[in-house]
Amino acid sequence: MSILLDQSTRVIVQGITGKMARFHTREMLDYGTNVVGGVVPGRGGEVVEGVPVFDTVEAAVNNTGAEASLVFVPPPFAADSIMEAANCGIRYCVCITDGIPAQDMIVVKRYMFRFAKENRMMLTGPNCAGTISPGKAMIGIMPGHIYQQGNVGIVGRSGTLGYEAAAQLKQLGLGVSTSVGIGGDPINGASFKDILVHFEEDDDTDLICMIGEIGGPQEAEAAEFLRDNVTKPVVAYVAGLTAPKGKTMGHAGAIISAFGESAAEKVEILSQAGVTVAQHPAEIGSTIAGLLAA
Amino acid sequence: MDIHEYQAKELLHQFGVEKPPGALAYSPEQAAYRSRELGGDKWVVKAQVHAGGRGKAGGVKVCATDSEIQTACKEMFGQKIVTHQTGQEGKGIYRVYVENAVAIAKEFYLGLVLDRSTQRVMIVCSAEGGMEIEEIAANQPDSIIRASVEPAVGLREFQCRDIAFALGLKPSTISSFVRTLTGCYQAFRDLDATMVEINPLVETKDGRILALDAKMTFDDNALFRHPQISELRDKSQEDPRECRAADRGLSYVGLEGNIGCIVNGAGLAMATMDTIKLAGGEPANFLDIGGGATPERVAKAFRLVMSDESVEAVLVNIFAGINRCDWVAEGVVKALTDNPVNVPVIVRLSGTNVEEGQKILEQSGLPVIKADSLREAADFAVDAWKSANMEAKS
Repeated sequence: MSILLDQSTRVIVQGITGKMARFHTREMLDYGTNVVGGVVPGRGGEVVEGVPVFDTVEAAVNNTGAEASLVFVPPPFAADSIMEAANCGIRYCVCITDGIPAQDMIVVKRYMFRFAKENRMMLTGPNCAGTISPGKAMIGIMPGHIYQQGNVGIVGRSGTLGYEAAAQLKQLGLGVSTSVGIGGDPINGASFKDILVHFEEDDDTDLICMIGEIGGPQEAEAAEFLRDNVTKPVVAYVAGLTAPKGKTMGHAGAIISAFGESAAEKVEILSQAGVTVAQHPAEIGSTIAGLLAA
Repeated sequence: MDIHEYQAKELLHQFGVEKPPGALAYSPEQAAYRSRELGGDKWVVKAQVHAGGRGKAGGVKVCATDSEIQTACKEMFGQKIVTHQTGQEGKGIYRVYVENAVAIAKEFYLGLVLDRSTQRVMIVCSAEGGMEIEEIAANQPDSIIRASVEPAVGLREFQCRDIAFALGLKPSTISSFVRTLTGCYQAFRDLDATMVEINPLVETKDGRILALDAKMTFDDNALFRHPQISELRDKSQEDPRECRAADRGLSYVGLEGNIGCIVNGAGLAMATMDTIKLAGGEPANFLDIGGGATPERVAKAFRLVMSDESVEAVLVNIFAGINRCDWVAEGVVKALTDNPVNVPVIVRLSGTNVEEGQKILEQSGLPVIKADSLREAADFAVDAWKSANMEAKS
C-alpha cells in the first residue's frame, strides 16, 4: 500500500502540450506512472508522448477512466482547471502551478465543498512538487531516482526540502512509502492534517516525516491533531529559523504575520505535542533512522 | 504589493467608503496651497510611507495655520521614518497628504484579511480604534469581533449590522457603516487585495462614518489582471535590491550577514540560511531562483547576490527537480567568467542532471569548492568565509 496513488492509478495531465508539461509527462511515464491522457481545450485528437489529448476533462474521463489529474496550467487559468477536474469525478488532483491568485483558490475550495464528502476531490497544492509512491508511480515534477521505496511517509510544504529528506533517507538505506507536497501557498488544498489521516491508516507507513515552514496555522493545527489522533511516531522539521518577520520568503504563504507563525514557535508547539523535531535540516534523515531503530 | 494611504482612500472611496476631504503634496509650499484649496481651519498633515505606526514616529501633525503646515512638512520631507514596521533603515518621506481635521466622537478598528485557518476572507473589528490590532489583541482581546465571509454569496448586510450593533454604533449611523463595510469587501474582492485596514474608522460628532486612515495590500499573483493597481507601486518604499530581483523574476530578501545564498525552492532556501546560522555563520540573503531556471537567470542571481557589498562568500545549493543541474552549472560558470569574484564560491548540486552539472564545473577550471550534502555545503561556506576573513585581516 501507499497513499493517494500507485502504479494502477489512471492519470491525466491538464495542460499537457506545454514544454514543461511534456517533459514531466515523459518523466512520469518512464517512472511507471499510468498516464492515460492529457487535456488541452482545442487540441483534442493530438497525441503527446504517446498519450491521447482531449478537449475537456469530461471527455478524458469518459474515454480513459482517469481517476487522478496533474494540473500544469498557467496561473490565470489554473483555478478553472482544478474546478473542471472536481466536476468530472477526478478523485485526486495535484496542482503544480505557482502564482494562482489567492481569491481564485478561495473559490476553488468553496466549489469543491459543493460535493458530498464521499465524492469530494482531494487536491494537493497548488505550488507543490507533487506526490510520489516510490517504485510505483509519481504525479509531479520530482526527480524520481532520489526516492527509495520504504516505510516513511513524507508530507511537506516545500518541494525541494522533501527531496532533501528523501535523499538523506536513501543515504541511510531507508525509503519512503509516499511523499506528498502540499505546497507553499496561503490558500491551498489538503492541509498537513488531511494527509496525516491517510498516513495513520496506511499499513506500509511506520513513521511520518512532516516538513513545515514559517507562516500560517497549519503546523499548529497538525500538532493538535497528532497529539490526539496519531499513534505512529512523527519527525518534523520547520524551515525559517533565520527568517525575518513580515517578509515573504519565496512561497506566498511563507510569511510571519501573526503569533505562532515563526519557526521557533512552531517547533515549540510540535514538541509539546510529542513530535520529535530535527533542529538541523541535515539531520532529518538521521533523526528518522534513530527513531526507527529504537 | 503595498500602496499609500491616499491611494487606498481614493480606491475605497470609489466603492462607497467616505473620507474627509484631502489632497496630496510634494513640497511644503504645495501642502500649504492644498490646505487653502481644501478650506477649513484645521488640517492634518500625514507623511505617506508604506508603514503603520506613523503617528508615534512623528509622521502625523495637526496644524491650524499656513506656517504650521510648512514647518510640519519641512520636518518630514526627505526624512526617514522609523516605526516597528519599517526596520532600522526606515522609509523615506517624499509625499504628504493634507486632510481636513474632523471632530471625532468614537474610533473603531476595521480590518479585512485572508484568514488562513478558515481559508476565507475574515472581517475583524473592534471598538478600541486607533491602537494597532496587535495591541488590541494583547490588551483587549474580548473587544475583537470577527465575521467570516461565505465566498459564494459574499459579505451579507446582516453580518455588517451584527457588527455595527456589537460595536455600539448609533442607530442613525448603521446604514452608513453597512455601506462602508460592504464597500471595503467589494474593493477587497474586485481588486484582489490580501488586506484592507481602516484604523481608525470614526464616527464624527455630526454622525458620519469616515475612514481616517487606510491601508491596502494586494496579491502579487493577481496583479496581472489589475494593471491600474500595478501603476500605484512606489519603488521608493521598497528595498532596492528586492526591487531589482523582482524585475528579474527572482525572489530575494536582503539580510544582515555575509554569506550569500543562491538556492532553488523557498523551503530549501530557508533551510540553507538556517544551516549557515547553525554552522556559525550569518546568511546575507534569501534567494530562490525558482523552477526551470536558465543559465542566464542563474548568472543574474549571482550578480544580484554579489551586488551586496557585505557578501564575503557565496553558497549555491541546488536540489533540482524541475530545474536542471547542468543549466545551473552553466549559469555559475557564465557569471564567474564574465565577472570574476574574489570571494570563495561553494556549490552543491543534487537531483536532475547532476553528473552533467558536476562535469561542467570541473571542466571550467574555476576555483569552485564542491560540496556533496547540505551540511557539507554550509560547513564549507562558513569555513571558507572564516579563513578568507582571517587572510584579509593578517
